[in-house]
Amino acid sequence: MTEARKVLILHGGLLLLLFVLQFVLPAYHHGNLARIMVLASFAMAYNIMFGYTGLLSLGHALFFAAGMYGMALTMKHLAFTPAPALLAGLAAGLVVSAVIGALALRTAGVAFMIVTLMFAQAGYLAVLYFGDWTRGDEGFVIQQAERVLWGLDLSDPTWRYFAAFTLFSACLLISLALVRRPFGRTLIAIRENEERARMLGYDVFAMKLGAVVISGTMAAAAGASYGLLFGYAGASFASVQYSIFPLLWVLLGGAGTVIGPFLGTLFMFYLIDLSSGITTAYMLIAGVVLVLLTLFAPQGLAGEVRRRVWRWLP
Amino acid sequence: MEFGPYLLLASLEGAVTAAVLALTAVGLSLVFGVMRVVNVAHGEFFMLGAVLAWWIATTLGGHPAVGFLAALVIAPVVVAAIAAVADMTVLKRIAYDPERTIVATIGLLYILQQLTLMTYGPEARPVEPPFNSRIALPWIERTAEGWQMYYPWGLATTSYKLAVIGAAVAVLLAVWALLARTRIGLLMRATQLDRDMATAFGIPVERVYALVFGLGAGLAALGAVLIVPIQQAHYLMGHDPLLLSFIVVIIGGLGSLPGTVVAAILIGLSDGIISVFFSPTLAKIIATLLVGFVLVFRPQGLFGTRAA
Repeated sequence: MTEARKVLILHGGLLLLLFVLQFVLPAYHHGNLARIMVLASFAMAYNIMFGYTGLLSLGHALFFAAGMYGMALTMKHLAFTPAPALLAGLAAGLVVSAVIGALALRTAGVAFMIVTLMFAQAGYLAVLYFGDWTRGDEGFVIQQAERVLWGLDLSDPTWRYFAAFTLFSACLLISLALVRRPFGRTLIAIRENEERARMLGYDVFAMKLGAVVISGTMAAAAGASYGLLFGYAGASFASVQYSIFPLLWVLLGGAGTVIGPFLGTLFMFYLIDLSSGITTAYMLIAGVVLVLLTLFAPQGLAGEVRRRVWRWLP
Repeated sequence: MEFGPYLLLASLEGAVTAAVLALTAVGLSLVFGVMRVVNVAHGEFFMLGAVLAWWIATTLGGHPAVGFLAALVIAPVVVAAIAAVADMTVLKRIAYDPERTIVATIGLLYILQQLTLMTYGPEARPVEPPFNSRIALPWIERTAEGWQMYYPWGLATTSYKLAVIGAAVAVLLAVWALLARTRIGLLMRATQLDRDMATAFGIPVERVYALVFGLGAGLAALGAVLIVPIQQAHYLMGHDPLLLSFIVVIIGGLGSLPGTVVAAILIGLSDGIISVFFSPTLAKIIATLLVGFVLVFRPQGLFGTRAA
């Protein structure tokens, strides 16, 4: 079997499984899985920057929130319908990530992490500061009547699952296509050795900016969809916690693998779901997992699988 | 109140913030300078200092001064010990790799914060100051009858707040003396300059690292013990000191202690003044954006001279 076929079978199989699962899962897990698929799209966006380009951002909540508020605010204040509002969210993510990328990419390493963290923090504080429009911490609900896209009521679990599945499939296929194309290969080259990539004649800055913009726009798509599907936009989605989550998911699932972000999100979601039944301090689990991962498994789940068995895993 | 006295009041509040901030930020700067790692859990060590201070003060009981003085000694030492253990069990094992250290200390942040939530609970609790007398401040103004001194209503500070400023200055001088005048300070500076050469000369670099990490956390805890009679101890209180320390350390120039102190005074005062006249959120937005732009366009900091 060729590698391309193995890749196709694995990822196609995952999509098929997720598609079939909606008919068999009980309501509770059905809802959870829809949420996980949207969050996994966010993680996949993060993975393009962190896993493939080697840029560790601590400010991805900014892009997620740009998408969410780009969608929700245009609906609330400009009476947009869902389709243009989603586009507004995407456009907001595109613009924000292009600006942040152009600024932050002038730095590298630890400084890059802090710059992204600071801009994201400024974004979060701005959401609080303009509380008259955004309603700050409290957030606002997007009414059910406003959440009808092309005649499909997205507050209905069936359509919600289907929309989440569509978003997830799109992000998965884009990631897959990206890393198998010359552009994605160049990003990996930059991750492995930036100086060498530059010496070979690649415009490293433009390539990295491209990665930031793709990643930021994809994160915004996840944010806008999250707001639309679950009918709520609030400042907590712009907080530093939502910058840490994608890092955690990607590290757990395996940075630099297409399937890793989904695995990481799935595991972490259920781990937190189970532990929040026992204690309110569920973020303790996130902390412990982060420390254990850095200590013992920096490759993550899919990374370990690639290292031991499936060398071809993209 | 008129503008002048109001500005004085804001500056005094800012000076207290600046004093505590200087201690916290010097701790962070020391860790960054010597170990070349960013400790994201720094704010949680601050929080632990405050929570331990409450715990020690309540356990001892008696006169507020007894509990407070005990807390002032014990809390920083305990926090330093916790930090040194974290350094030896986690950071040493990942060889102080800068990026992995950040991820590991983010994990540490949540572990410390959530363990505090589980044991100490979500309430904010006060610690009684050892002494707290109100001091009204005079104001001089030119009126029709010439210069006049009077006491505007509301323009006052407390003896405790002035003591915080004094204590912070004393501790900073002690840190300077430790670094510049003692053998252990010499070892720290040698490790900072060239880790490999220090190892070659037989300096126990790993022990120096554990010591520096503990010292940094201890300074944050000390700052927290000083501020806890004014604020209250809460499990989420580490967030703002962390952010402000980051801002101060970066604006002051990464790893430069004098720059850090100058920046702490600058940021503390302006934070106090902007918060009084405008909104605290706006002050923070300006400060975080400033840090971002400083790192992008002037990575050596506003006062630093060499590249970090």
